[in-house]
Amino acid sequence: MTKEAIFTPVGKAAEELATPKKSGKKGDSLYEKAVDLPEPTTAAPAKLGLKKGQLLEMFESMVLQRRFEERAMQMYQKGKFGGFLHLYIGQEAVSTGTTAALKDDDDIITAYRDHGWGLVRGVSARQGMAELFGKATGCSKGKGGSMHFANVEKHFWGGYGIVGGHIPLGGGLAFANKYKGLDRLTTCFMGDGAVDQGALHETMNMAQLWKLPIMFIVENNGYAMGTATRRHSTGELWERALGYGMKHRVVNGMDVLSVYEAMKEMATDVRKDSMPWFVEIRTYRYRGHSMSDPQKYRDKEEMEEFQSLDPIERLKTVLLDKKMATQKAIDAIYEKVEEEVMDAVEFADNSPFPEDSALYEDMYSEPNPVFHR
Amino acid sequence: MAELQFREALRQAIDEEMARDENVFIMGEEVSEYNGAYKVTEGLLETYGFKRVIDTPIAELGFAGIGVGAAMNGLRPIIEFMTFNFAVLAADQIINHASKVKYMLGGQVSVPIVFRGPNASAGQLGATHSVAYESMYAHFPGIKVIHPSEPGDAKGLLKSAIRDNDTVLFMESEQMYGLKGEVNEDPEHLIPIGKAAVKREGSDVTLVTHGKIYHTVVKAAAELAKEGIEAEIVDLRTVKPLDMDTVIASVKKTHRCVVVDEAHPFAGTAAEVGYLLQRDAFDDLDAPVVRVTLPDVSAPFSKPLFDAWFPSVKDVVDGAKQVYYKS
Ligand SMILES: Cc1ncc(C[n+]2csc(CCOP(=O)(O)OP(=O)(O)O)c2C)c(N)n1
Ligand SMILES: [Mg+2]
Repeated sequence: MTKEAIFTPVGKAAEELATPKKSGKKGDSLYEKAVDLPEPTTAAPAKLGLKKGQLLEMFESMVLQRRFEERAMQMYQKGKFGGFLHLYIGQEAVSTGTTAALKDDDDIITAYRDHGWGLVRGVSARQGMAELFGKATGCSKGKGGSMHFANVEKHFWGGYGIVGGHIPLGGGLAFANKYKGLDRLTTCFMGDGAVDQGALHETMNMAQLWKLPIMFIVENNGYAMGTATRRHSTGELWERALGYGMKHRVVNGMDVLSVYEAMKEMATDVRKDSMPWFVEIRTYRYRGHSMSDPQKYRDKEEMEEFQSLDPIERLKTVLLDKKMATQKAIDAIYEKVEEEVMDAVEFADNSPFPEDSALYEDMYSEPNPVFHR
Repeated sequence: MAELQFREALRQAIDEEMARDENVFIMGEEVSEYNGAYKVTEGLLETYGFKRVIDTPIAELGFAGIGVGAAMNGLRPIIEFMTFNFAVLAADQIINHASKVKYMLGGQVSVPIVFRGPNASAGQLGATHSVAYESMYAHFPGIKVIHPSEPGDAKGLLKSAIRDNDTVLFMESEQMYGLKGEVNEDPEHLIPIGKAAVKREGSDVTLVTHGKIYHTVVKAAAELAKEGIEAEIVDLRTVKPLDMDTVIASVKKTHRCVVVDEAHPFAGTAAEVGYLLQRDAFDDLDAPVVRVTLPDVSAPFSKPLFDAWFPSVKDVVDGAKQVYYKS
């Protein structure tokens, strides 16, 4: 069946849709992959300056992010909490490689798919799970929930729920760092869907014009909810940089070493000349958009292909091949993480909800509540 | 005390606060080299340089948001909108971000920012350049809204706004920038946010107002005096927090109230004041509260239509007579 020409993308993408390509990788099914991954880095960890201890930490962090969310999903399904729950599963190499490459006082801000980002920037599993449960012990005192993890003390400025809305905030963080003469750089992460928002383009223009020390980084996971990147954005995402004369790069986001290498190089570069970057990190989301997504918009083959490229399995293979860890040591990490996550669930469950008075705290509100009725 | 124009009073406030705190900076369209679309920022570039007096592209959403992020990260931005009509493009940053970040992150950050610029009608500028936004923003929790009517109030309140740790919207008027008035030149003279001022005492009717239309109300009070009706004028100065104590104290004296609001009527400041009066001062009222506002249609261009649209001295006088049961 040929697709309607109307309301499908024009130009190159339309031609491709009219004559679907074989993936060339799996069976004979006809589909276009959600994202084309660039080649991963060929550099060995040692060449990247990564020691065994760091790699093991990175591995543990990725496992924690994964298990934390798998348990969170179970708790959601058990009815422990409601609202949105956007899982980061599949994308863990991005948060992990980034934080390993950045300095601890470099600033990070992102969208609502933020659990992994909180966990890599000092939100404990306990505080994270408690936030999901809406408890007073959560990282945002239960006032933010899944979409608003934050640890400002550790320079993680939070997850934000308006697609593209946090991008100017990222610009402002960088502006303030430059204004105050600080050596901190800002990494502003966003989904592929946010690339279409005016907020990005207004901020990119000013960032380039004012030489702000910032990296605009797209986590292109192939979809904005159910709309494939190729169906919501014309051309390639990284090409947005060209209009602003901005430095740009495409990175394999399924390989933590590639993310680390690229982020390290770009961070050094930003510190050198305070010129921004636009970065497209290609990755894949394994779960639905949020909790109620039957995922009719993608094929099983596609999922299987990306699952075969799993970033955690990939790093595990490196660790085993390079004899940096034994299978036993790996198993021990899984066990430790499992305990940590189960402890977090218990902690969240046993934590108190916020006091009623908290309703009026953490924002300016009338002391004499004339409007509260 | 000095006799200054409204724009000079604002400039003095900005200048003093920038001198006092190097984290204060001003950003907006034409604020720097051009000296401000309405010359509020004239001369600031010479004193503070391009780092602290920043021309932006015409990108309200972007620069408002950069201001919010900078405020989160320790600065005290003053964001000038050429007019509040254009701030609508930045509404996401004001309403969804500036006012909410602190709350949704459980108090981990604050957003000490001032968004300022002219608000409401400035004559025959057509439908898109004539809108009064104060009650719209006041609707949202977490935002303070100031709309003064005289240079002295403007200076003292703007200084308070800049030192405030929350998001403050500060509204002016193109038609008031040249208006002169007494201004306190003491750099530590601040006027607290959320305090109304009784600007004329009278025993017969309370006229509640704010912003530019205050000056229409002053004329109406003079007309009413000729007919033996002594009006008391309460200038709210700040729309939110709303100083109902001062309004109610006045109504307890006059027992009659007209709210004069240069905005559309639906869910506006006048509606809010009217509701709160019936709730908290019902027994003190000798007549239902009357409001004098714009009609529920957009601003026309044509002069006769514009005059029919904009509340006049006569409209205010008629409102007062209505609550006074006098025709
Ligand atoms: C301004 C705005 N419009 C619509 C939405 C609803 N919405 C939430 S997530 C989403 C898809 C965003 O996709 P993407 O940016 O690719 O991020 P991902 O979910 O893949 O991480 C949409 C449309 C929103 N939150 N904000
Ligand atoms: Mg996406």
